[in-house]
Amino acid sequence: MDLEVQGRIKELAESLGRANLMVVLGAPNVDSSLIQFETVTRGDPTYSGPLAGVELGLDTYHIFEPAMKAVIDAEKYEELLGTIELALEAETIVQALREARGAPAQ
Amino acid sequence: MANLIPVIKGARSVLIHTPGLVRYGSKPWREINAHPSRLDELKRSLQPEQQAESYLPNRVFLGKASLASLYETERPWYGRAAPISNDRLAMGEFVEEKKFIALLALADVFKHVSLLEGFWQDASPLLRDSPLCEPFARTTPALVTRERLKAEIEKGEGIPLFAGGDAEPIGWIRHAHHEDASLHAHVLLENLCAKVSAALAMRELLLGQRDVSEPNIDFVLSCSEEAVGDRYQRGGGNLAKAAAEFAGFGSASGMDIKNFCAAPIPALVTGAALVQSGVFENVVVVGGASLPKLGMKFLYHLDKGIPVLEDVLAAVAVWIGPDDGASPVINLASVGRHPVRSGAALDKQLKAIIVEPMNRLELKVSSVDRFVTELHNPEITIPANGGDIPERNYKMLAAVLVSSGKMERSEMPDFMKRKGVPGYAPTQGHIASALAYVPHALQALTKGELRNCFLFARASLFLGQLTQLSDGMSVLLERHP
Repeated sequence: MDLEVQGRIKELAESLGRANLMVVLGAPNVDSSLIQFETVTRGDPTYSGPLAGVELGLDTYHIFEPAMKAVIDAEKYEELLGTIELALEAETIVQALREARGAPAQ
Repeated sequence: MANLIPVIKGARSVLIHTPGLVRYGSKPWREINAHPSRLDELKRSLQPEQQAESYLPNRVFLGKASLASLYETERPWYGRAAPISNDRLAMGEFVEEKKFIALLALADVFKHVSLLEGFWQDASPLLRDSPLCEPFARTTPALVTRERLKAEIEKGEGIPLFAGGDAEPIGWIRHAHHEDASLHAHVLLENLCAKVSAALAMRELLLGQRDVSEPNIDFVLSCSEEAVGDRYQRGGGNLAKAAAEFAGFGSASGMDIKNFCAAPIPALVTGAALVQSGVFENVVVVGGASLPKLGMKFLYHLDKGIPVLEDVLAAVAVWIGPDDGASPVINLASVGRHPVRSGAALDKQLKAIIVEPMNRLELKVSSVDRFVTELHNPEITIPANGGDIPERNYKMLAAVLVSSGKMERSEMPDFMKRKGVPGYAPTQGHIASALAYVPHALQALTKGELRNCFLFARASLFLGQLTQLSDGMSVLLERHP
């Protein structure tokens, strides 16, 4: 994840409180979704950014996940994301995040 | 009244191996300025000529290997000789660096480029022996002695030219104006590379026409990426006419069509419209090469122990004329455009430039044989974390066709193999954007292997920081009815 973005998320988590912050991912594939998930929950896995060794444990969902879809107007979702969801093999991303959430902390 | 339906009468490519110019690609140039030791790393990873010539994607680009061979041959493609099939008709020519550098000097009418005498003595017989290059070699460029070259380099008012990974320079290009960034030697070099490569593709077009000895072209449209101009008009233009002059197209005038990587499609559409309207009889659309894109991903390639694969300049020329009763047709009724209101999202863009014209023409997916867009060689982009660009595009197009009700979801997985083209083009922006495929399309549509193909290209307008929009355009090529 971009170092600048990591810094911004760290700042927001500090100023708003972790419990008041949620991350919505929009990464286009499994690999980048998992890296981003890991970075904002367990810390930067590359140990190069502001979140290296920082376990924010933020609530994190991909926009394709059912929990997110449930709170978005279905018609709007279909208009803006329906085709992209189809193109990007959303199911594999959703499945990978489900597994990542169940994995024990490193 | 004559039948003015626009047809493609010829389409040819050139691929120019330029390892010595890779250092002047935008990324290597910036990187080497910041970290001079990078130059040695770069030089160690350059491909020898024979390796570049036999590299499978390069052979496919020139029509010397089939598109299917890209699916049949496992990667890595580098470091192995591509299977040679002599039954294939070439669609273009591979040009060695020595000839190209000599042509850069010959094309420079203002004599900013000078070559070492010994280099010219080696290069000029090579030019004379080449049917493609011989017409350019009727004069002598500015020559310098080794001592004079050394003195010029010490003065520092320009940049040295190198062949391959050699340590000793073989020429020099000086700034045309000491205060004008638009006429810096580096910019002049970019523009000369575009001019010479475009002129080579145009001459190659004539070599491909056995019955045409003299060019009879009225107008040239350049869709090259470089902006030619000076401090008062950085993108002043008309690279087209400069290339036409150098190629010996004496009856032609020309102009440039600019639209980032998408430019070839609006250029083909404009050229076809000029023919169909009767304004001009014969129009050439030419895309000259892009020096700034050499070595664009070289850091990733060095990091992964891959040779610097972005070591070739590429150019394509297409001849559009009125109906000759045989050549493939450019269907102007099929043109798809990308309106402002469609925004920049990829799916909306594809709806505008593919689905809308298909609906207008009442075309089903089953009646389009090939959809053709950015054909970047995945072996260059995957190691640079850019993914397989053609594959990604076809996935998105398939999704757009499904969500538009033109295709079933079950048809998505093999859509690219059935309806697409695998990536093989060097990362030369506009060249990779469907233009690289036009020589292949001409052959396949003429032989009857294809009924039609839908070309589309997209432009990242936001790169120029004037708008956050993108653009796109499409056009259908069809077998002659």
